[in-house]
Amino acid sequence: MLNKGFNRHYYLMLLPGLIWLFFYNLLPMYGILTAFKEFNPGLGILKSPWVGLENFQYMFELDDSKLIFRNTILIAFSKMVGNLLVPLAFALMLNEVKHKLFTRTVQTAVYLPHFLSWVIVAGMMLDIFSYNGPVNSLLEVLGVQPMMFFTNERLFPALLVGSDVWKEFGFNAIIFFSALTSINPEMYEAAAIDGASQWKRLTKITIPSILPVAVLLATLSLGNILNAGFDQIFNLYNPSVYSTGDIIDTWVYRAGLIDMQYGLATAVGLLKSVVGFVLITVSYSLAYRFANYRIF
Amino acid sequence: MVTERSALSRLFNGLNVVVLILTMLLCLLPVWYTLSISLSDKAAAAAGTVFLWPKGFTFDSYRTIVNDSQFLRSFFISVQRVAYGSAISFFAILLMSYPLSKTSKEFRPRNIIMWLLIFVMLFNGGLVPWYLTMKSLGMINSIWGLVLGGGLPVFNVILVMNYIRNMPKELEESALIDGAGPWRILFSILLPLAMPVLATVLVFTIVYHWNEFFQGLVLMNKADHYPLQSYIRQVAVVIDPTKMDEESVKRMSNLSNQTLNAAKIFISMLPLLVIYPFLQKYFVKGITLGSVKG
Repeated sequence: MLNKGFNRHYYLMLLPGLIWLFFYNLLPMYGILTAFKEFNPGLGILKSPWVGLENFQYMFELDDSKLIFRNTILIAFSKMVGNLLVPLAFALMLNEVKHKLFTRTVQTAVYLPHFLSWVIVAGMMLDIFSYNGPVNSLLEVLGVQPMMFFTNERLFPALLVGSDVWKEFGFNAIIFFSALTSINPEMYEAAAIDGASQWKRLTKITIPSILPVAVLLATLSLGNILNAGFDQIFNLYNPSVYSTGDIIDTWVYRAGLIDMQYGLATAVGLLKSVVGFVLITVSYSLAYRFANYRIF
Repeated sequence: MVTERSALSRLFNGLNVVVLILTMLLCLLPVWYTLSISLSDKAAAAAGTVFLWPKGFTFDSYRTIVNDSQFLRSFFISVQRVAYGSAISFFAILLMSYPLSKTSKEFRPRNIIMWLLIFVMLFNGGLVPWYLTMKSLGMINSIWGLVLGGGLPVFNVILVMNYIRNMPKELEESALIDGAGPWRILFSILLPLAMPVLATVLVFTIVYHWNEFFQGLVLMNKADHYPLQSYIRQVAVVIDPTKMDEESVKRMSNLSNQTLNAAKIFISMLPLLVIYPFLQKYFVKGITLGSVKG
């Protein structure tokens, strides 16, 4: 072996990354102890008194916790469905157009929103959906009363799902585009010679070919059922829509960093992390078993 | 029969193109609308008469921003953050991914470190422990909190590692025979060849640091230290719940700095809008590189 003495160099190469990992990824995990303590900032994490599972007990007694878990799952699940079906439909539609310049232009336009931060998107939405903004003007023309989109607890979840799909569908379609280009063109040629119509080619060749990709993505996204999108909701919500828009992450932020209930907020966050970890592991192992999918 | 089918086909294709064009416009219009508000006269914007073209065309908002020292300071902090953040990430990722691309036979601890990375990627302590740690590391009001606070970008390490792993082994072997050491191999052979994936990762990192607002909000005590996105959130996004009934919203929107906020929002996305078309080929590649089978 020529590279025998290389190990110490390898360690040296790993060092910067591992130092970063230790201080900023691993060290915060020791703060998880806060979930089992009555945290006192003056004493620090170690010296604060233990309270066992008291924080968790308190969490289950709170009315809020049922609400935020329900909202989280409802919003995340709706987004999951939308973020799978809309990109899929979009990719199939664009795939039917054979004009290269046209498809390239459309792709460039629809990828764009993905790169805007939620702060920016929220800022634009507040204007566009405001009481005298363009959306309400349009509704007025159609004979609909102007609405307060951001304080209406029934409309708010739809606004969340809709804007998330708007922002991400183009980017999520990329994986479908690449699956579509890997379909063997000879299949289409053979089908055309046999007289298959455009519709037949779509339903008998194209859709079956990318169905496995769609199933794989659906499986992987199951691991995100507790991630309803903190960045988005944090920038769009306000107390009048807490009943339908408050999720675990936003609640933890308010309980922990605003109300300084460190122990309780850590406990709720920890529960979310553990459940999320289990779900992701399960969804990845399913993807591995059935689709031979690996991340490394 | 043939003509009937092609007529139906043509109808479908026509409708398809129309829907696609509408979809495209739907993605672009909000940005365009924001631009035209920012170039409009305050009163016209507040009256809700501006749609796709500015009314009472004026550069007033932009003139105000150029003299707004808080905005400029935040802009500079964001630029600084992107520069430090992407440089540090780039080298940490590059250096790490090479030893990790070895098999566990060649480099014994490889698999343990891989599992550690995967664990860290999938599990975290949550917001409060992270915040308390940042505090005890002295990251409050420090640019390093913004640069390093997100933790090691594990996913990007895995992307680059997978790429290097799939390169032909002969490259490295012939370099070894010629007497090259590990650093030489990494910087003179692997680095140039891994440029496509490194560019992808760099794009992701730049966009991440430019867009990230939450750490800025939490770690910075004073608005003076806010990066641009946190600042924009403060001025243009925060909804004050006490002012939420319809009447006061109407009153508020007449008084608010709608045009100025639109200008701020537009400027803060401008850097991305400008470089974005050039980045496209890199992130498209990166997405498809994401998973390696086999």
